[in-house]
Amino acid sequence: MGRKLLLDKAHVENIRSYDVYRREGGYRSVEKALKTLSPEQVTEEVKKSGLRGRGGAGFPTGMKWSFLAKPEGVPRYLVVNADESEPGTFKDRYLMEFIPHLLIEGMIVSSFALGSHRSYIYIRGEYSWIVDILEQAIIEAKNNGWLGKNIQGSGFDCEIYVQRGAGAYICGEETALLESLEGKRGNPRIKPPFPAVKGLWDCPTVVNNVETIAAVVPIINEGGDEYAKIGTGKSTGTKLISACGNIKKQGVFEIDMTISVEEFIYSDEYCGGIANGKKLKACIPGGSSVPILPANLLLKTAKGETRMMTYESLADGGFQTGSMMGSGGFIVLDEMQCVVRHTYTLARFYRHESCGQCSPCREGTGWMEKILLNIEKGKGKMTDIDLLWDIQRKIEGNTICPLGDAAAWPVAAAIRHFRDEFEWHVLNPEESQRRNYGLANYAQPLQVVA
Amino acid sequence: MQNVKFSEETLKEVQRIISFYPEGKQKSAVIPVLHLAQKEFGGWLDVPVMDYVASLLQLLPIEVYEVASFYSMYNLKPVGKYMFEVCQTGPCMLNGSDDIIQYIGDKLGIKPGQTSNDGMFTLKTVECLGACGYAPMMQLGKDYREHLTKEKIDKIVEDCRKAAASNN
Ligand SMILES: Cc1cc2nc3c(=O)[nH]c(=O)nc-3n(C[C@H](O)[C@H](O)[C@H](O)COP(=O)(O)O)c2cc1C
Ligand code: SF4
Ligand code: FES
Repeated sequence: MGRKLLLDKAHVENIRSYDVYRREGGYRSVEKALKTLSPEQVTEEVKKSGLRGRGGAGFPTGMKWSFLAKPEGVPRYLVVNADESEPGTFKDRYLMEFIPHLLIEGMIVSSFALGSHRSYIYIRGEYSWIVDILEQAIIEAKNNGWLGKNIQGSGFDCEIYVQRGAGAYICGEETALLESLEGKRGNPRIKPPFPAVKGLWDCPTVVNNVETIAAVVPIINEGGDEYAKIGTGKSTGTKLISACGNIKKQGVFEIDMTISVEEFIYSDEYCGGIANGKKLKACIPGGSSVPILPANLLLKTAKGETRMMTYESLADGGFQTGSMMGSGGFIVLDEMQCVVRHTYTLARFYRHESCGQCSPCREGTGWMEKILLNIEKGKGKMTDIDLLWDIQRKIEGNTICPLGDAAAWPVAAAIRHFRDEFEWHVLNPEESQRRNYGLANYAQPLQVVA
Repeated sequence: MQNVKFSEETLKEVQRIISFYPEGKQKSAVIPVLHLAQKEFGGWLDVPVMDYVASLLQLLPIEVYEVASFYSMYNLKPVGKYMFEVCQTGPCMLNGSDDIIQYIGDKLGIKPGQTSNDGMFTLKTVECLGACGYAPMMQLGKDYREHLTKEKIDKIVEDCRKAAASNN
């Protein structure tokens, strides 16, 4: 059994309530930080922990915090990114739904480190029942003196508010999120200036993922050095993986980053193997934006080494033969699945979610969707495959925000590794329409595990 | 639609939301307040409703229209009493969402984007709702309905019809 730092208490009955959470040792990190550490020391512990942002990009959190500008007389803000809209990703939901006080606790400590007296959780609008859960947790925390004025007699004041979005993947991008939080359309801003200098209402702002902020709790409790001992290399601590697709046990798992991809997929502790006695075909290991890998390159790197569930190992080989940890949205495809159809649904997703500001993204995502649908429907030509390749290359790197790249990468990787399948669709238009990816194969109820 | 006005209770909720932000930043309230408006005024945002929200938050009407047209959860046209928002993105597709969408459409005699003649049901396809591990799934009002099967759909439709009948 791997170490669990975030979900170790998720199964305690009523852990959602303050009393149980507190009895199980909750809010100790706030006591420790506010009574024995300075804000700089908290940031120092986070630096030592090696914690990397859990939202997708994996940027070192301590370093991000130390970039925060601190001009006199200007408020600073912590904004927690709970927009969670990357296909395959549902880990933040799990954390907030089942152990909401962990996020609130992490936010209090982080707000103290950053000097934020008003901190926000920006949550995707569809998670509306979780808004109620979080607001309840905030009320309980406040009633027990962990929020409000002069928290625990430390002189530190802090309030936490929950802001609901209204359906827009792009609002997960941090500058679009800030625009949305200011009551506007979610159009990403041109960087620089970065949010650390000019963020929410032009004030210095840190945007961090839900899981990142929750991880601050064990870091402060155990100390940054202890946290850094868990894991491998630059992948320290634990990571939540939301696993879905054609596996026996879909759900959210906390792993310490010492296990192999093979163990994660096949061991009963995690995914339990491929569903319905089928074989593994391919996997997108880090949310829909990261490259898909065929089974052989997923389990072993191009150099023949065992691929591990770490930032470094998943990225080994670059985009030619590797992928990324991303958001930890682990999507498994079995041998029955059609990569062309799956890629088409992702292209449709990105076209739907493009904010439309940059023409390569706005036009390119539309073209990719159309061409992929054509090929999928058996109406494509061989030259369409090259055209697709060409379009994705013209989007990548030519847009204001990384959504353009995020839309291009899945298409590029699908063609790179599964070109024969695209060609098969073109050459066998009728047969390609007779394949059944429907419920007939996958209707059995699936188990949910932590 | 004349005399658009929130109930007292909702107005209190609007005040509570405005208090989340520093002085003068009440524009930030537009997204949550539009959610309240959609809920209170029939499940969609008509122009007078958006104008009312604008006056309430001291915004120009265009500032509200811009937001309302950007986000997918706002309906700018009337919708059925029950809206089935079925996810169709990759991970749900891998678990049979195509069949679920087809089944609901056939059962209700509508295509995605349409509302049944009796105004009861709207079928809408949506993109990933963060429930990929509980697929196939749909959103129904405030709740998620997960691990959908044809039998579950039958039951949900039946429950909606019963609920509607007992409300009238
Ligand atoms: C299109 C797009 C969508 C994103 N969606 C999310 C999201 O839903 N949740 C999230 O935490 N980060 C998301 N990110 C990453 C954020 O921009 C940002 O890097 C992150 O919130 C930083 O937090 P972290 O350092 O704790 O990971 C997204 C980025 C892009 C470009
Ligand atoms: S890359 Fe796409 S989503 Fe990002 S700003 Fe440009 S158009 Fe908008
Ligand atoms: S793909 Fe359907 S909920 Fe994520």
